[in-house]
Amino acid sequence: MNNAKLKSLGQKELEKQEKYERRIFCCTSTACLSAGAGPTHTSLKQAVDACKCDEHEAEVVQTGCMGLCSRGPLVRVEAKKQDPVLYGDVSTEIAQQIIARHVPIKSQELDVDPDEDDDETLSPHDMLQFRASLRQAKTKEQLDRHIISPDIPFFAKQVKVVLTETGHINPDSLEDYLAHGGYQALAHVLDEMTPEQVCDEILDSGLRGRGGAGFPTGLKWNLVRKEESERKFVIVNGDEGDPGAYMDRTVMEDDPHRVLEGMIICAYAVGASYGYLYIRGEYPIAIDRIRRSIRTARRRGILGRSVMGTDFSFMADVRIGAGAFVCGEETALIHSVEGKRGMPRMRPPYPSESGLWEVPTVINNVETMGNVPSIINKGAEWYAGIGTEKSKGTKVFALAGQLRNTGLIEVPMGITLREIVYDIGDGIPGDREFKAAQTGGPSGGCIPAEYLDTPVDYESLTALGSIMGSGGLVIIDETTSMPEFARFFMDFCVDESCGKCIPCRVGTVQIRKLLDKILAGESTPDDMEKLKSVCELVKSTSLCGLGQSAPNPVMSTLNFFRHEYDSLIQPDTVENVPVE
Amino acid sequence: MTTPQSNNNPGKEHPSGDERYKAIDLTIKKFKFEKDALLEVLNSAQETFGYLTRDLLIYISSQLGVPLSQVYGVATFYHMFTFDPLGEHNCIVCTGTACHVKGSERIVSALSDEFEILAGETTDDGLFSLTNARCLGSCGLAPVVVLNGQVSGKETPEAVVRQVRELVSLSKDRAQPEAA
Repeated sequence: MNNAKLKSLGQKELEKQEKYERRIFCCTSTACLSAGAGPTHTSLKQAVDACKCDEHEAEVVQTGCMGLCSRGPLVRVEAKKQDPVLYGDVSTEIAQQIIARHVPIKSQELDVDPDEDDDETLSPHDMLQFRASLRQAKTKEQLDRHIISPDIPFFAKQVKVVLTETGHINPDSLEDYLAHGGYQALAHVLDEMTPEQVCDEILDSGLRGRGGAGFPTGLKWNLVRKEESERKFVIVNGDEGDPGAYMDRTVMEDDPHRVLEGMIICAYAVGASYGYLYIRGEYPIAIDRIRRSIRTARRRGILGRSVMGTDFSFMADVRIGAGAFVCGEETALIHSVEGKRGMPRMRPPYPSESGLWEVPTVINNVETMGNVPSIINKGAEWYAGIGTEKSKGTKVFALAGQLRNTGLIEVPMGITLREIVYDIGDGIPGDREFKAAQTGGPSGGCIPAEYLDTPVDYESLTALGSIMGSGGLVIIDETTSMPEFARFFMDFCVDESCGKCIPCRVGTVQIRKLLDKILAGESTPDDMEKLKSVCELVKSTSLCGLGQSAPNPVMSTLNFFRHEYDSLIQPDTVENVPVE
Repeated sequence: MTTPQSNNNPGKEHPSGDERYKAIDLTIKKFKFEKDALLEVLNSAQETFGYLTRDLLIYISSQLGVPLSQVYGVATFYHMFTFDPLGEHNCIVCTGTACHVKGSERIVSALSDEFEILAGETTDDGLFSLTNARCLGSCGLAPVVVLNGQVSGKETPEAVVRQVRELVSLSKDRAQPEAA
């Protein structure tokens, strides 16, 4: 199907949506579902049915993450010529009240005897009662308390690029994505740009890999483009293994076509005709939605022999990970796609030269791919205008831990941690104190209160002994003990070390033993020195990123919270003095 | 373990006639007997059977023509493959960073103490399994627990133990009606 046909599909969808007086969006992403969004959605639908209003008065739409997960389930009402209203903590009862407030109720149906109604389902009579009760000041006020203002800093401080459509479209509908301008970047690239121009555009935008390491994406694409090979591959890395991080899952679940579009543009730019999306096995909904999107895209001629009616051909397939953190490392991931044990290998050769089945391969993170369509649509200059000198654009973070507001946020690079914690996150609940921000998961570190004004970009975080990482941001307060927290991450690394190289396999175990000893209060000052030197050793001699960054949580807490370790050390008694 | 005669009869159905093997055969055929599809085939076996038996690994090895040692190596490398059946009730406690900070360890140890099993184990009567998860990605609602497939957030040790105790005692009553 060529672009004109796709555009008209999008146009039709838009017209269909505009017929509705109001559209009621219910977030059904994983976080809201665990807060009970399933029953909320059913209740919204039943209530709309019970209003017996005309078909075009209201539509209930299942959509993706709206961001403020701690207030889930979230429901947004968008009526014509009115500002959207967002409701939080929507129980089934609140859902009925929302409908009673916003949707007109057709009263002639009321001749029906209310007693005849099935107890289970709602009747127009019930809805009128709900509406009547809303006239009481108390009930009205109760419902008003569920309204979340769009002006609160949680929303006001965010800049949406990757998450533009998330929470606004039905993820399972290609038409909805098209209605929001979807696949126009791809059409533009295929019609008017050479692969070289695409690579240069991405390079000029300053986009860097969002998986954590921050390698310039345009540079990577150019390397693969210049390789002379009959076959090339594109791999999208959706093996989001960091605990506390769910950015990629959200993008795959809630806007799967954006990921596909980015991937196809990448394939065109580097000259690949086949690609894989490698998705964590723990994300069944993401796997399902991406698979379905591939099927739809194929049916509509966006994937396949002739992409959007041009002579460029590309096909994508899904590979499912089976739970190994190390598979986030690119060479390990390649082995896993090949059906082997996911162990990393020495680089060089880099995958851009010799990757999947020894063929030049681009590997990019889901979020990186998600940025691509926007860069093409709005231009490299626009993108480079967001962020700092070396870190351009936005970054999606999964904000969690001891904060009032937790959820998924997208912020411009260079925003300070203070703004994230105290404005977006609305500070620490209770009267407890902020202690540290943990970024980068088990590969990252803890940033203490005195560095809260550090801008969030690749270089600044690395300088503090942490990393940008894939986007997990966990805030901890004074109730968490840092040596214990460091051991938590070390447990993780011991478990996840693949065992190929000795520094990582043995070193992580030794670090954990030392931490155990310190936490048991049995250590000597000598052990602290040992801990430091083993950390240095593991960091400098491990084969892959997992081992090289595994000591980060220990080293950064040793650096900033040394007093907590010291307080656990036995005072120098005679038998504790190290024998030289 | 008896050595299977490798690669002697790819495409031949499993002699037991167990219907579930058909799901695995389907995956193998979908990937045209490619050896690279090992992980996909193991995934489908885990999904269909719930855990991987020795017999299954031998079958996959012979169907794909991949040495059994390699099948075993891959299966034991990844966390999602399990080799024992799960209990009737299963509780997954998320121990990701956010849940850890909000006290998921207390939920794990409360369940451990109550049912005298460690995470990753099943009670002797096969009624209850306790599992840890790395991160379920519902960090905004930490600590998160999945009880028999139902995800719930902001949990406490007491509430989880109470729910599991109820489920397990219901199953016990059903098993021994005369005792009730």
